Amino acid sequence: MKLLKLVPDDTNIKFLKVRWPLFILSVLLMIGSWALVLTQGLNYGVDFAGGQEIRATFTQTEEAPIPELRETVSALPNVGDPVIQRFGAANEVSIRVKLPPEAESDPEYAAEMTRQITDALRDGHPDVRIDGVDSVSGKVSGEFREDAVLALLAAMLAVAIYIWIRFEWQFGAGALFALFHDVSITLGLFSLFQWEFSLQIIAAILAIIGYSLNDTIVVYDRIRENLKKYRKMHLPDLLNLSINETLARTVMTSLTLLVALLPLLFIGPESLFGLVIAITMGLFIGTYSSIYTAAPILIWLGVTSNSFVPEETEADKQERKARGQA
Amino acid sequence: MLDFPTWKKAWLWAITLIAALAALPSIFAASGYDWPQTLPDPEVNLGLDLAGGSHILLEAEPEQVAAQRLENMEESVRSLMANAEPRIRIGDVATNNGNLSFLLDDSSDLDRAREDLMPLVNGTGLIREWDLTVVDGQRVVLTPTQDGLETAVSQAMESATEVVRKRIDALGTREPTIIRQGDTRIVVQVPGLQDPDQLKDLLGQTAKLEFKLVDQNALPSNVAAGIAPPGSQIFPYVEDSPFAGTSLAVRRLGGIRGDNLTGASAGVSPQNNENVVNIQFDTQGGAKFAKLTTENVNRPFAIILDGEILSAPNINEPILGGGAQISGSFTAESANQLAISLRSGALPVDLTVIEERTVGPDLGADSIRKGLLALMIGSIAVIVLMIASYGRFGVYSTIALFFNVLMILGIMAVLNTTLTLPGIAGFVLTIGAAVDANVLINERIREERKRGRRVIAAVENGYKEASRAIYDANITNFIAGVLLFLFGSGPIRGFAVVLVVGLFTSVFTAVILTRMWVAGWLRKSRPNDLNI
Repeated sequence: MKLLKLVPDDTNIKFLKVRWPLFILSVLLMIGSWALVLTQGLNYGVDFAGGQEIRATFTQTEEAPIPELRETVSALPNVGDPVIQRFGAANEVSIRVKLPPEAESDPEYAAEMTRQITDALRDGHPDVRIDGVDSVSGKVSGEFREDAVLALLAAMLAVAIYIWIRFEWQFGAGALFALFHDVSITLGLFSLFQWEFSLQIIAAILAIIGYSLNDTIVVYDRIRENLKKYRKMHLPDLLNLSINETLARTVMTSLTLLVALLPLLFIGPESLFGLVIAITMGLFIGTYSSIYTAAPILIWLGVTSNSFVPEETEADKQERKARGQA
Repeated sequence: MLDFPTWKKAWLWAITLIAALAALPSIFAASGYDWPQTLPDPEVNLGLDLAGGSHILLEAEPEQVAAQRLENMEESVRSLMANAEPRIRIGDVATNNGNLSFLLDDSSDLDRAREDLMPLVNGTGLIREWDLTVVDGQRVVLTPTQDGLETAVSQAMESATEVVRKRIDALGTREPTIIRQGDTRIVVQVPGLQDPDQLKDLLGQTAKLEFKLVDQNALPSNVAAGIAPPGSQIFPYVEDSPFAGTSLAVRRLGGIRGDNLTGASAGVSPQNNENVVNIQFDTQGGAKFAKLTTENVNRPFAIILDGEILSAPNINEPILGGGAQISGSFTAESANQLAISLRSGALPVDLTVIEERTVGPDLGADSIRKGLLALMIGSIAVIVLMIASYGRFGVYSTIALFFNVLMILGIMAVLNTTLTLPGIAGFVLTIGAAVDANVLINERIREERKRGRRVIAAVENGYKEASRAIYDANITNFIAGVLLFLFGSGPIRGFAVVLVVGLFTSVFTAVILTRMWVAGWLRKSRPNDLNI
């Protein structure tokens, strides 16, 4: 049986030839992402903004009466500006209302909103079935925000330290930068498209970090190996060689993950859509960053073969001399 | 590297099979079959987002506990001083900044007062509950100690949790989980509940019932303006009452509380067909109630629930039997709910719902069905790709992947952890990591063969060289997973659990098990070439 080979043998793509333009592009994208996040902000879901989201099905009609619902819900006191949209089938809706800023310290506001909206739904539509409710008060959403930032930072720092110990400080710094790159651009995309940013997306970002890290380590491991093997090789060439040697694996792994993710994206549960699309994007961002940010940084941070070959101590030197004389 | 003595093989198979077998009860349950009851049945808990149900987070205000405690202290001090022999006269009783202070009419009473107050100040436990200071030899100031306050909050939360448990049990829900969280929170998780409104109503009701005499001397205009005569306080009527919007002045002291009850039940009044709640006092409460009604025949008394007046009936005759009937414009449902609340006792502190997550059972089941279908299609695609790329080695990877999934489920079942929707993302990542390990190994073997190594050496080197990156990658992810578990909240933890368990099983199945199988095959058929 002839086996499938996605990457032909002896592939030698000059990845690092374009490292400068691409690195500058990456940095610009990162800056752009943060500018977007800081100016336009993220479209926080109720997890982080506080408020409530109801998912409901109208069991006796083909299509949910969205315009009418919008009118009914907006007319309720204290509800403000609801986001009402289709969620899955045509007779399924989600009604999302964020907590107004002035209600953030009121622990009962979100629960009260939920009650008003469910009551209004049930009054007007006997066939309505409430499928899900998320109601989060300002206090809890504030804690979620803090926890998420803390968990992300702690995890990123800890893995950077591990890589520093296992490799060299340059690798730790490179990996940390690549992770920061991935997280920034993911956040930027969420801000650009104003996709709902919820706790689930944090889980997705964690998956992206995990995947990107995996990828970076595979490339770094090969760089480490080649640094020991080819001590005289010019560093950019060595990095290029390492990336090409691991290319077959990179393509194969990315592809298998992609074929596992696509069904989840298209026929998976609606509630997982945000999470899966984030991971899918992250797959590309993470693969790219391992090659174009994590690797070139090593050149600029001055990695050398000496990093992995123990330096000769004074005692070693004398021993060598003594042997030479003997 | 390729040497596997029999004992080692036995061990590896034993670990694999035990962990995989532990997954069977969960798989049986998920596919609707019954697991034989005689066998042990560790099962993966499904999170409420998958199984359907309600998650409700309740919070108490510690300030409220402090305020209640101060109020009780004031009452105790007043009655202690009044009942002293001879009576200690005090005045200017004030509570501010969390302190209680009062003025002794006669400063020579100071030592007696101090002595009487000692049991209250020292409390019953190991810690002192109040600090007593004297200002100008005549004013006594009682300040709650930090330890005392903390203990009070902790005790209040403990009994609140107990009350919550009783109320939920009274609703007859299946397997509720009720856990105290942090200092002032209680988590309630009830699986498979379609409509949590009733539950929320029940938990939101403090059910502090009081009977107080109406102050008939208060001027209606003052009451309407919210000005209470000395010794009285003003309470509004409840929303559902025909008198809603108006208030009554009631006497601060001399009432009784409805916390000495032996029973409460909803009923219908035979006189006017109104929904009522019948309560039964215990002996002590019954005696107090009898005394109150005997001394105040032909006067109205207010029935106050959680700071709102339900009704203010006239006492037509002394009520001596220890039973009473509460009317208050109830519906059958609200009467029943109040009866449940009263039976379970009043909450020592108000609880507010600060987070609610409800997933209807249909949505949960739908998520599982769609998720499983997608995972199945994805897995088939991965298997096809692996076998097409690596032939026999791809088959080994596939079998390893199969055991990997079983082992994750099995270990999660034994550890009694919960699988949530974000956990499924963790699953995808883990399986990705496992596939990646095999890809790394197989690509490396290819590479070694290309460099001209002989079959055995290529396989050995492939495993050896690839393992380094695999271990590094998995250890870093493991560190990240542990930190996420420690710092993250709800969904992040659900993700981290699967990640951490999955990293172990991935390395075990994708590296160690496949190596054992490959080694066995090499030993048996001694191939001269590898199709990889």
